Amino acid sequence: MKWYITKRLLMLIPVLLGASILVFSLIHLAPGDPARTIAGEHASIQTIERIQEKYGLNKPLPTQYWIWLKQALQGDFGRSIVSNEFVAKEIWDRFPNTVELTILAMFIAVVVGVVAGIVSASRQYSLLDYSVMGVALFGVSMPVFWLGIMLMMIFGVYLRWLPIGGRMSIMVPFTRITGFYLLDSVIAGNWAAFGSSLRHLILPAVALGTIPMATIARVTRSSMLEVLRQDYIRTERAKGLSERLVIYKHAVRNALIPVVTVIGLNFGLLLAGAILTETVFSWPGLGRYVVKAVQMRDYPAVQGCVLFFAFIFVIVNLITDLIYVYIDPRIKYQ
Amino acid sequence: MEENIQIKKESTFGELTRRLKYNKSAVFGLVIVLFMVFCAITADFIAPNEPFPSPPVLANKLKPGFWSEKGVEGMPLGTDGLGRCVLSRIIYGARVSLTAGFVAVGIAMVLGITFGVLSGYFGGWVDAVIMRLVDIMFAFPALLLAIVIVTVVGQGLEKAMIAIGIVYSPQMARIIRSSVLYIKEMEYIEFQKAIGSSHWRIIIRHIIPNSIAPVIVYGTLMLATAILDCAALGFLGLGAQPPTPEWGAMLSDSYSYIVSGAWWAATFPGIAILLSVLGLNLLGDGLRDILDPRLKQ
Repeated sequence: MKWYITKRLLMLIPVLLGASILVFSLIHLAPGDPARTIAGEHASIQTIERIQEKYGLNKPLPTQYWIWLKQALQGDFGRSIVSNEFVAKEIWDRFPNTVELTILAMFIAVVVGVVAGIVSASRQYSLLDYSVMGVALFGVSMPVFWLGIMLMMIFGVYLRWLPIGGRMSIMVPFTRITGFYLLDSVIAGNWAAFGSSLRHLILPAVALGTIPMATIARVTRSSMLEVLRQDYIRTERAKGLSERLVIYKHAVRNALIPVVTVIGLNFGLLLAGAILTETVFSWPGLGRYVVKAVQMRDYPAVQGCVLFFAFIFVIVNLITDLIYVYIDPRIKYQ
Repeated sequence: MEENIQIKKESTFGELTRRLKYNKSAVFGLVIVLFMVFCAITADFIAPNEPFPSPPVLANKLKPGFWSEKGVEGMPLGTDGLGRCVLSRIIYGARVSLTAGFVAVGIAMVLGITFGVLSGYFGGWVDAVIMRLVDIMFAFPALLLAIVIVTVVGQGLEKAMIAIGIVYSPQMARIIRSSVLYIKEMEYIEFQKAIGSSHWRIIIRHIIPNSIAPVIVYGTLMLATAILDCAALGFLGLGAQPPTPEWGAMLSDSYSYIVSGAWWAATFPGIAILLSVLGLNLLGDGLRDILDPRLKQ
């Protein structure tokens, strides 16, 4: 197992290198001179040359890539063209918000999805089963940004139960420690801040969690149905175990194996969904940051952010694979 | 010989439609999809109003639809922020979104089949190189990579379609590769090799036609996500540009109005996206059950 993990980690290196080359060349193949974009339409040639000098844009592309890569490996993605801040710092400031959002979304998705799937499978072809699966079918076909808008409209605008956007009310005093709002307010014992940041978190998390929730419910159901048909389950029923014990103790454990993969695969979708959800709810996370960077043509920010996303994405995929191997000994890790 | 092949093909298609009929949800999906296609084709005749009258009739701005007395005559789903008929724009939007989806999936198929067949059929270093490239593209969430490509090539509907097509191609390439790997070991391919057919002929006449079933299934399901992602790019302002009646862009134009109570302009385009994606998902699932029974859920 140790050897397998090491091997998989080593395999990430060429993939990430390739990803960095891809991102870098895409951005630098873009038509238009980046120096001109920074300087503006009417800049003089001297200004442009100075900017080229400053950002190293007058060097050959492979050299530029090499410099960028060396700095990126040391956690330096250069400075944003728009704010002139370090891109790494801007990413680091926003990352906790995206983590809080995706983790709560996934939590909701897993809890509701798994329970719905199990209940649905244990009463196959009942009215409950049909309704759960019907809802799940709508769930997988839903555009996440539209769902966000609908939730915002119902719970924010009409019922006024929850705020319609932002990370926290500006009226609440708050000191930043780790960057995770919920955690920080607990550490500081600041319950007003905790309540406000939690209330701001609910709608985006529900919107973002619904689609993986639907997928998880569908996969849990079909996997449960498969397990329930197996011989060992029949044996258990034959020896008189209660249905409850059969389902919750013996069937669920094996049925959840494919669900783990689906959860891992959905983390990627969740990252993409976060880009949209954060835009809808003005959530100060990485997704909204990357969209803004793209709109402003802030190349260093786009490069750094996209590479960071790719890094998180491959790590999550690797962890999923490892968990999969760990919980299902039938899979050989070769 | 030729005649036999012809008969075989027809019966496969007949079999497909016959079995599809028994799958209620697939039929339901097909009905939705056909309805959307119908709207797209006949938009000029069935839409009650112009999708973007110029100059815009601002007096009609954000009027509700049939459910309210304040609505405008002939605009059953109300009007958007520029006084345009929401229903007409949704009907025209079907044309935009379906075209975008088909073009994107078409690009993904052409790229995917080319690289998948090369990879699976020739193996060796060709396979290694292509599959590493695929791995690299899989290191990005699809929508994010599409966003980056759009940043590079510029915004707009056509560019968004191309970006999505490129981003989806590795998935298609993997699917094709695995079915090619299976088919190329079959005896009839060995026979073709023995009688001296060229690689080209074997690929075009035998490998591709026989690996097309998963392409149809995944193509249908991919069409659903392509429409979603195209709408997402439109929503982010990176896809279709105004005044194009594209569902995602319509949503982003009008969701700020929900605060002032004009819920219809953002709600209905979303329902249109939801329905078409739902229809394609149902149809795709049905086709998968028929064409690839091993994957049946």
